[in-house]
Amino acid sequence: MGRVDLTTIVILALTGVLLLLSVIKDRRKTLAALRVAYKGFVRLLPSILAIILVVGLIIGFVPPKWIAQVIGKNSGALGVAIASLLGAVLFIPVIIAFPLARSMLDMGAGIMATAAFITTLTMVGFVFLPLEIKELGKRFAVARNALSFLAAVAIAVVIGVIIR
Amino acid sequence: MNEKADAVANGKKRSMRERIRWDYTILFLLIPAFVALVVVFPDKGATARHVAWEYFKEMAMILPAVFIIMGLVSVWVEREFIVRFLGEGSGVKGVVLSFILGSIPMGPLYVAFPLAAVLLKKGAKVANIIIFLSAWACIKLPAELMEFQFLGWKFTLVRYLATLVVVVALSEVIGRVFFKQGYEVPDEALDGAEG
Repeated sequence: MGRVDLTTIVILALTGVLLLLSVIKDRRKTLAALRVAYKGFVRLLPSILAIILVVGLIIGFVPPKWIAQVIGKNSGALGVAIASLLGAVLFIPVIIAFPLARSMLDMGAGIMATAAFITTLTMVGFVFLPLEIKELGKRFAVARNALSFLAAVAIAVVIGVIIR
Repeated sequence: MNEKADAVANGKKRSMRERIRWDYTILFLLIPAFVALVVVFPDKGATARHVAWEYFKEMAMILPAVFIIMGLVSVWVEREFIVRFLGEGSGVKGVVLSFILGSIPMGPLYVAFPLAAVLLKKGAKVANIIIFLSAWACIKLPAELMEFQFLGWKFTLVRYLATLVVVVALSEVIGRVFFKQGYEVPDEALDGAEG
């Protein structure tokens, strides 16, 4: 978790500096900014808490071994399809995802299926969809996720063809 | 014109109320479900609890800061500035800038949505925001190091390059096909922010 801590420190420091500069320059504008920040935060809070619970349940109750077995056993187009769908639906941090991908390969999964899993896992976030709809609107969120899914599969095919 | 504005305002109010109920409903259904599962399956429950707690801590630290940055951007950054660097006419410069902005490691994807919303609202091009979000989601230096370690340099490099090409193409397609007339972020997403 060292990486996360460093990221957090950098973000907090950056925010502190920006906020300080803003206060020095114009106190009233800073208050307006904080009002925007507060409203946005409160509005998103319930969705984010819900996402945290769902992510906890997914990681707790969907064993990585099971995922590796399911994808490892199914080869060919079916394997790629299953891997892409699992990747899109699940939410797994990279700290777990990359070792998991390694064990998938070791269990006999194809490179294409493994790549499909990694690409949809990172690019498509069904868990985040309600949040994205809320922030950016339904049209944007649905278009982005649907086409990201296709793009992720395309990337997986490219990887599968090039690495043999 | 007035009629249209009224209709928009009414629609907005209704949908906003609906949405607020929705997320609270889901949350209040999830809490007992979570507790029940954790109690019934103490083994798996311990992992679930631990993971949820870790994410909660991360969120509690990062999210307020991100919203403050978003608020500051909405107040201080001029619309013209965003339009010039990320807007319709920004071209290759806009693409490169969106990629760089998205690659800065700043935490999980949900952090990027409010920032994307404020950029869109200030006149950034839809295609550039898609690039920004995609880069945020799948190109992170710390993650690349891990990928390199577990899956090898060839896999990592090919995936990186393929992602680069496909994401840029994809964002153009989405922008041109779905958002030809530009895109208005739902207003309640940035309550009180100046356009």
